[in-house]
Amino acid sequence: MSRILQTLALLVVLAGGMALPNLVELYTVYEVTVYVVMALLALSLAFIWGKGGIMCLGQASFFGLGAYAYAIAALNFGPGLLAVAIAISVPTLFAAILGYFMFYGRISDIYVGVITLAVSLILMNLVNSTSGPQYRIGAAQLGGFNGITGIPTLAWPNGTPLDPAALFRLSLTLLVGCFAAISLYLRSRAGKVVIAIRENEYRAELLGYNVALSKLVTFSAGGALAGLAGCLFANWGAFVSPTVFALVQSAQIIIWVIVGGRGTLIGPILGCIALQWATTQLGTQQTIQVNLVLGLVLTFFVLVVPAGIAPLLAKCARAVTPSRSRITAKEKQA
Amino acid sequence: MKINRRQTLGLLGSTAVLACPNILSAQEGPINVSALYDLSGGLDVYGAPIVDTLKFAVAEQNRNGGLLGREIELKVFDPQSNMQLYAQFGRQTVLADKPAVVFGGITSSSREVLRPIMRQFNTLYFYANQYEGGVCDRNMFATGVTPGQTVEKLVDYSTKTFGKKVYIVAADYNYGQITANWVRKFTADQGGEVLAVEFFPLDVTDFKTAISKIQQAKPDYVWSALVGGAHISFYRQWQAAGMHRQIPLSSTTFAGGNEHVILTPEECNGFMVCQNYLQEIDTPQNAAFVSAFHKMYGADYPYITELGVGAYQGFKLWAKGVEQAGTTDRMPVIEALETGVSVDGPSGRVQIDPQTHHTIMDVHIARVQDGGLVPVETFSQARPVDTAMSCDLIANPADTTQYVIEL
Amino acid sequence: MDLASILTIEILGSVAVLVLISIGLAVVFGMMKVINMAHGEFLMIGGYVAIYAKNWAGLNFWVSSLVVAPLCVGLLGLALEWLVVRHLYGRMIDTMLATWGISLALIGAMTMLVGNTTTGISTPLSSVTIGAYSVSGYGIYLICLALAIFVLLYGLFRFTAFGLQARATTQNADMVAALGGNPRRIYSMTFALGAALGGLGGAALAPITGVIPTIGATYIAKAFITVISGGGAVIAGNLSASLLFGTVGQVFTYLYTPVIGEVALLVAAVVLIRILPKGITGRFFRRSI
Repeated sequence: MSRILQTLALLVVLAGGMALPNLVELYTVYEVTVYVVMALLALSLAFIWGKGGIMCLGQASFFGLGAYAYAIAALNFGPGLLAVAIAISVPTLFAAILGYFMFYGRISDIYVGVITLAVSLILMNLVNSTSGPQYRIGAAQLGGFNGITGIPTLAWPNGTPLDPAALFRLSLTLLVGCFAAISLYLRSRAGKVVIAIRENEYRAELLGYNVALSKLVTFSAGGALAGLAGCLFANWGAFVSPTVFALVQSAQIIIWVIVGGRGTLIGPILGCIALQWATTQLGTQQTIQVNLVLGLVLTFFVLVVPAGIAPLLAKCARAVTPSRSRITAKEKQA
Repeated sequence: MKINRRQTLGLLGSTAVLACPNILSAQEGPINVSALYDLSGGLDVYGAPIVDTLKFAVAEQNRNGGLLGREIELKVFDPQSNMQLYAQFGRQTVLADKPAVVFGGITSSSREVLRPIMRQFNTLYFYANQYEGGVCDRNMFATGVTPGQTVEKLVDYSTKTFGKKVYIVAADYNYGQITANWVRKFTADQGGEVLAVEFFPLDVTDFKTAISKIQQAKPDYVWSALVGGAHISFYRQWQAAGMHRQIPLSSTTFAGGNEHVILTPEECNGFMVCQNYLQEIDTPQNAAFVSAFHKMYGADYPYITELGVGAYQGFKLWAKGVEQAGTTDRMPVIEALETGVSVDGPSGRVQIDPQTHHTIMDVHIARVQDGGLVPVETFSQARPVDTAMSCDLIANPADTTQYVIEL
Repeated sequence: MDLASILTIEILGSVAVLVLISIGLAVVFGMMKVINMAHGEFLMIGGYVAIYAKNWAGLNFWVSSLVVAPLCVGLLGLALEWLVVRHLYGRMIDTMLATWGISLALIGAMTMLVGNTTTGISTPLSSVTIGAYSVSGYGIYLICLALAIFVLLYGLFRFTAFGLQARATTQNADMVAALGGNPRRIYSMTFALGAALGGLGGAALAPITGVIPTIGATYIAKAFITVISGGGAVIAGNLSASLLFGTVGQVFTYLYTPVIGEVALLVAAVVLIRILPKGITGRFFRRSI
């Protein structure tokens, strides 16, 4: 039953999203697009950390690699599917190599955190120091601290670039699609192993599952997803700078996941959108520091609502409608 | 289901709220001016003084009857030193507030995020900072100094006063790189020698290795193109290693972030700087400006920075352009400004250079002395020669490139 | 010869800086298995306290940096332990995230209080001349300070009643409780000690780096990496990791650029953890403190 409901909900979101650009102002479309792109990034960490139990403190590495790879590819080969393919494969490959290095070395828990964090800082340091004119890949000047600007927007096969509405629809479709794909994957046999490893790595191994391989696959898929988000981000803003690799960026993703609800897929998406919206609103006023608010929110959630928004909402919904059959009856009517 | 409905409602609601200013800004309401400067995050050292002077400029203009008989309304956004928010707020403000002009961006990266957005939505853009030069864009006016205007004068002065051998330490991004290149060029022109150039990322605070390398090289003077809060450590460590008394230091970036107020006199007295504006400039215009400014913000205001005055003068130039055009519409204002509009600002006469959309202005060499800058030599009406080498907006009005000057 | 001694001093200086930024974190991690992401902000606040105690209260720099700053930050640590950390013991990831939240909140609060400009004080000691070079005397003081901290900590853990109880609590808190000790009190005192060491380190570094509300972020990643790579033993782990990373970073900085130095340090950390997945003292010096 719930599966049908979920599918229905996804379809409604998708349909509503398709109509949205016609209903709202252009700048709202821009703003909502970046929320959706970041939600995709939140989803990537929700998958590898919330579901896979891999504590990645440097998820921004893959996001940044995706953005940079797209920028460089689009400037060299034009903003077509090839650029997107490169933007996804570079971070995937990088995640695979890093994952092999870590998981086949039996590194786990907090040590994975340290390595991923260190790697994201290495990337940031390296990219940051490419401001000299000698750092150039084909037609793309890396630009160091200033990053790459004027990145061409993804174009249809006939060469016309996507307009903001189309970019929004594409991002939303990808978000919904990836969400559905991960949900399906987690229901499969391989997906159940992912959860089993999160719950008890040792036991899963003793039961004969290839823990390292499963983690490697999860980690690489998460990298691919984050890379896709990076690619869309580069499209959205037409710029990319080394701050995409920064500790702040990685921290932000973690906060989204915690606030939304680690262990769920929908929670981090909601957490991401809510916090992005809040950050934007706080930027138009000057009385309260954004960091203060974000910090208190994070601490509050860890202490009081450690499960995050999504389970809380679900609980509230159940409390409002005491009997389960009534919900389904209503849904059927609708 | 519930969440989605609520979200949609929220979105629609916020859209409605945000859409309101549209109605207000219809022809006869106030003139909207938007400012996007970092008031938090790592760059607010520079952003906060700019916003202060812009607010001051707007208040002054409104007190004197506004512009074309209309009140000016300044909308300030804080992108929190975050490029993503620059893009978001930039689009939001041009689409929702329909400002007559946008002032914004501190680093070159934030400018390069804003510039295409302003072009795309046909909004006039003023970039008021000291920067590396070379941007050639008819929609943008740059009212800060560029290395071509200041570096040459200071290299001249330093070579003559201190000697021919220079060691350059610079911030590792394009501003530092380009400034270092100019120092190289002008030093060579003077028959001097650059012993070494070393670049430091903006977050480096440990300079002890750099200092011992300088000791090894024994230059006549050190050129600093260091930028930002972290790099202030260099000057402290320089003094701690006992080098301050031994080797003089020149810089076109020092004092831009109030370094001379933050450091003690023992640490920085005697450094040579070159800027467009110094609070100590002894002219009636500047005296009036400083006293009016102190009236608004209190006499204990730390120091009115060059970046702040750049924005003030930029605003004045824009206002004059609007008056001359008789409208706030973009193209007439650009054309009016391109006639070579000038104002007598606190730093002296400031004039738009039609060919580059940069400004022709005075520059001053000064010596750091007890938390202030003592003017030593003034060069009247320096032209943006660096940008003019490759940029000609009269011949190519459609140009939008940022030229990197190759030396 | 001059160059060699200068280089040695610079390497030791880098090691000392690593020790000063990470020793407080190491104490808290080693004794309590808590990763305190707000440690960078403890350093930052220590710096501010030292500067304001000197400039406003007119205290001598040595008093304000060696006494006032650790005391104030230690009390802050005590308060935060009571408010937040206490409720999360045994949940390593949760404490890490909650303290991360505290870290952001402290940055925001300090920015609202003092503004986001770099403040600082001049370095108190004059320079020392070695042959053709002169180095900062204060840099040498920092090396001595780091050494003194190790000696005192060793004494504290090895020879005092508190040290004995603290080490016992690390091994088996329930047993300590059963024997009449009070693990809760030990934990909160250990956390306060870690915070005080952070305050001390931040105050000691303030004259050379200056202080800005966001400065903690530049420390925390390095401190975190150093501590985790060092492993569970507080002193041996921290000393060995700091020596290794400080040397690698400084040598590469000298040979190439500060960026290469930083990258070399991080690469060393990654490789080290790959080889010794439980940190240095997970493999060597296991029985040390």
